[in-house]
Amino acid sequence: MGFVEPKNSLVDLWLNRAESLTEHGWSEQHRLNAQARLQSMGLPNRRDEYWKYTRPDRLIESTVPSAVTLSSEDQSLFSNFEQIKIVFIDGVFSPEMSDNLEGQDVSIELLSQTKAKDGHWASDMYGQLEATGQSPVARPLATLNTALAEEGVLVHAKGATLKPVHLVYLRQNESSDVMLHHVVKVDSGASLSLLESGPAGARSNFVLETDIGAAGSFRHVRIQGRDHQRLAATHHFARLHQESIFKSFTLTANGALTRNECVIELLGDDGIAHVAGACVGDGDFVHDDTVFVTHDAVGCESRQVFKKVLRNGATGVFQGKILVKQDAQKTDGYQISQSLLLDEDSQFLAKPELEIYADDVACSHGSTSGAVDEDALFYLRSRGVPKAMATDMLTLSFLAEAVNEIDDDQLIECVVEWLEGWLARRRT
Amino acid sequence: MLEIKNLHVSLEEEDKQILKGVDLRVEAGKVHAIMGPNGSGKSTLSYVLSGKAGYQVTGGSATLLGQEILDLEPEERAAAGLFLAFQYPVEIPGVGNMTFLRTALNAQRKMRGEEEMSAADFLRIVREKAKSLKIDADMLKRPVNVGFSGGEKKRNEILQMALLEPKMCILDETDSGLDVDAMKLVSRGVNALRDDTRGFLVITHYQRLLDHIKPDVVHIMADGRIVKTGGPELALEVETNGYSDILAEVA
Repeated sequence: MGFVEPKNSLVDLWLNRAESLTEHGWSEQHRLNAQARLQSMGLPNRRDEYWKYTRPDRLIESTVPSAVTLSSEDQSLFSNFEQIKIVFIDGVFSPEMSDNLEGQDVSIELLSQTKAKDGHWASDMYGQLEATGQSPVARPLATLNTALAEEGVLVHAKGATLKPVHLVYLRQNESSDVMLHHVVKVDSGASLSLLESGPAGARSNFVLETDIGAAGSFRHVRIQGRDHQRLAATHHFARLHQESIFKSFTLTANGALTRNECVIELLGDDGIAHVAGACVGDGDFVHDDTVFVTHDAVGCESRQVFKKVLRNGATGVFQGKILVKQDAQKTDGYQISQSLLLDEDSQFLAKPELEIYADDVACSHGSTSGAVDEDALFYLRSRGVPKAMATDMLTLSFLAEAVNEIDDDQLIECVVEWLEGWLARRRT
Repeated sequence: MLEIKNLHVSLEEEDKQILKGVDLRVEAGKVHAIMGPNGSGKSTLSYVLSGKAGYQVTGGSATLLGQEILDLEPEERAAAGLFLAFQYPVEIPGVGNMTFLRTALNAQRKMRGEEEMSAADFLRIVREKAKSLKIDADMLKRPVNVGFSGGEKKRNEILQMALLEPKMCILDETDSGLDVDAMKLVSRGVNALRDDTRGFLVITHYQRLLDHIKPDVVHIMADGRIVKTGGPELALEVETNGYSDILAEVA
């Protein structure tokens, strides 16, 4: 063997884990391809343009630092909703805690249980959207996931799905290293809601690949739970066709390091893609939203709305791009990223990007950082609301624009209540 | 009710004296009006009394029902019974008007050691008071002041006042941005709150508000002091002759 770069030796260290992973049936070739791709691209390092603000080290080290588990009171999250509940404990499917996956109006299978099947529908998607999403920006952690993930759900919505599918990620092990790879296919005219909640592992690497057929709709609400030291890298690859609707919202609280990447391709005319996020961080907290939206069809609308509340030295990162290809006329693109800095130790690093080749488009972007509005604070206090409570109200007010991207009032209420709890626990 | 003695106030950021010895006493059951040219310190007085940051009290005192208020937090002053109707009510997106009203009311009650009001009682009372101010259900549901017209904002201020039932109400240029109809509606709301136990301090540029909210006493403020005090006729004099005559007279 020739010269091996240090980062490649780390790749080898990771891929050695894959040696035993034969017998993967339909996904084996995808996994081998991913291994080869990873070998050539290497794992991210600090010199990479897209890792300038967030150090990838802890996400790629071969050992995972332990993270204390909080009592899982958040298990009850979304419990008021009729749902199909699928529970993972430290990344392992729990049939006892999950609902029966048979006989639902949506087809749900576990990745681990479809290995032997040939010609599975997911074969056209597993690792495919991920591979496409590597250009023009490499996302090696997602490729690593494609190569190694042993578990995940394969969801196929063929019509209107009434109950949301809820993926619940529980933790028991202080040093679990969890990798899940989900594939979601929404047929033409079909609809699906996907909920995700919980901290998953001490370290988590998730990939979600979503294909939404013509006039299909996909709604996604994710709450990344409260465990403090946990690490997470997530990639959501979505492909939209004519008149597809995609709406995704993520709430993140705590966690030492979270990197959420969302890669959206609008391939059919008149598609709508909204991706939003709200995060609240206190102290040892780095939260990175990296979004890439490609307009490759006429008359599509995309929105990116990200809000971060940061205190006690927390760091927020936003890298958001809208790429409008030459033929994507009548594009309506919008992007806003804002931070509320509750003290002078916290910081927000934002890199909004627009790259537009079509000439008849409306694209706007904005990014701001600021403290609590003193006039609003005084207004509330002058009505008798104590300072700490008034600050919380204004914090929720700041987050509202992102939270309101969820187009379900009940879910909004659920998220707001959860945020209120987080804020109340920190009230001085 | 409200007693201000020799109040001196300067800006915190720069060495600029705004109030240069204000003396004022508002009795329970009385409406006092303060008029004066721009920059005379009228709004500063209202902000200092309600506890806005950015001002430094360099001398004098202000008591509400015998209690010194200048060293209290704004929320404590509110709980003690002080209310300021803002000249420019602040928009707060994402916070429902109802939530805001209920939070404020119950926070005050809690500070005073009273029981919180139940959701049902609150709803009933708000609806009743909102109705008389022609504030509809939609305005109650919307985020605080967001997308409200000038008139709606001011009516919302009066609704807060009616709900919180303060002892001492300060109205800072409540007439600004109001058309005649809105001014009548707002004035009616204020007049409905007039009783023997409550004091009012109405700050305004113009006499026309005082046609609707009839004052007992009118003060003219200039250059950080109250330079003249009289009855309602003083406001009419300002309306006819402007401030220059009065200022020349007291200079």
